[in-house]
Amino acid sequence: MITKRIIPCLDVRDGRVVKGVNFGGLADVSSPVSLAKYYSDNGADELVFYDITASFEGRQLFTDILREVAGTIFIPLTVGGGINTVDDFDRVLKCGADKVSVNSGAIRNPSLIYEAARKYGDQCVVLSVDAKRVDGGFRVFAKGGREDTEMDAIEWIKRGVASGAGEIVLNSIDTDGVKQGFDLEMLDAVCNAVNVPVIASGGAGSKEDFVTLFNAIPKVDAGLAASIFHFGEVEIKDLKNTLIANGINVRR
Amino acid sequence: MIAIIDYGVGNLFSLASSFAYIGKEAKLTSDIGEIRAADRIILPGVGAFEDAARKLSESGLDKIVVEEARAGKPLLGICLGMQMLFERSYEYGEHKGLGLIGGSVRPMKGVVPDELKIPQIGWNSLSFKGKKNELFKYIKEGDFVYFVHSYYGADCDESIIATTEYGAEITAAVASGNVYGTQFHPEKSGEVGLSILRAFCEI
Repeated sequence: MITKRIIPCLDVRDGRVVKGVNFGGLADVSSPVSLAKYYSDNGADELVFYDITASFEGRQLFTDILREVAGTIFIPLTVGGGINTVDDFDRVLKCGADKVSVNSGAIRNPSLIYEAARKYGDQCVVLSVDAKRVDGGFRVFAKGGREDTEMDAIEWIKRGVASGAGEIVLNSIDTDGVKQGFDLEMLDAVCNAVNVPVIASGGAGSKEDFVTLFNAIPKVDAGLAASIFHFGEVEIKDLKNTLIANGINVRR
Repeated sequence: MIAIIDYGVGNLFSLASSFAYIGKEAKLTSDIGEIRAADRIILPGVGAFEDAARKLSESGLDKIVVEEARAGKPLLGICLGMQMLFERSYEYGEHKGLGLIGGSVRPMKGVVPDELKIPQIGWNSLSFKGKKNELFKYIKEGDFVYFVHSYYGADCDESIIATTEYGAEITAAVASGNVYGTQFHPEKSGEVGLSILRAFCEI
């Protein structure tokens, strides 16, 4: 049976992983290549690279790094950050990305999802959504969660899937950084609205949060997290053993 | 040298890199001379069957691939490349395949339970069928590989060498003589996938 995926997310600026990463035995804790290899060797099912560079030079550095990562590890790679045009898809796919995640770029230009899906296939287009509770509903936020778009998140996600998004990353701003667990209520609402894979993001603080996630929302396909993996608070191998002990099917 | 057929479909970077990683010389090519001179052929592919089949036949490479395979050269189709080995596909209409594997490509919708998502995206485990195929000599039953697909190989019982369970038994890999196909992506399946590619290089 298909397994639940565990996905570490790495933020990259000017070719280096940001947020100090704290692993014993890793000589270069901000090298995307050695980190990617570390995660791949330790059971990560997929990796997300998020390019938070603003400059052109930084972008070039990012694609160089991506090429090196894709030449070294052979698990699925999703790339996001600064994806505004079909040319941006092309740029990262040529360097070894398997899927491309769009967020603000799709909010500014919703036809980006359709155009990219038509050119590269639905499986290639990941719609990443930062959502937050406002007036009893879930609202889409843009620009890294700073700007309220006033769009309803569920409607936006449904529209994205209808346009060709093959996967959803749902990041709850309400639970992000709090480390008290994923936003089960928001995830449930999204999983009931669409029939493409949904990746939960925002709020993981412990192994138990993943157990709760997959038990409470069986339709969720994957759990994504950054800091708890980077700081070694949760080892993916241990996490997977815990999940297996709780009857949740994961890749060994 | 391994010829990875480059006919304008999909992202071949990881596939080429994976052979480099295991120390095998592979080349992305659409050159007939290079394909004829190669020891082995990889037929990749992502996207829609009709579009890919059209691109392959417009390039004239469909005939070369079939001729080389019929002459005994090891051929591995990956994902949509595997589906193209079949006689026909029912993805949006009916389209002719290369006919190197008996059977047809059919939608998983209606075959797998409604509550399961289509495409199947993610890691799933392999069950071997019949005698363990030489493609799997470095891996074991139950190992996980990475799938992304909405259609599957059907009516191909005699060629199935592995299946995966997705609410129903789904064709994961086929073989007929020197012609092999994997529905999953070995180049995205970590060590297990690399081991399958290594085994193919030794056939």
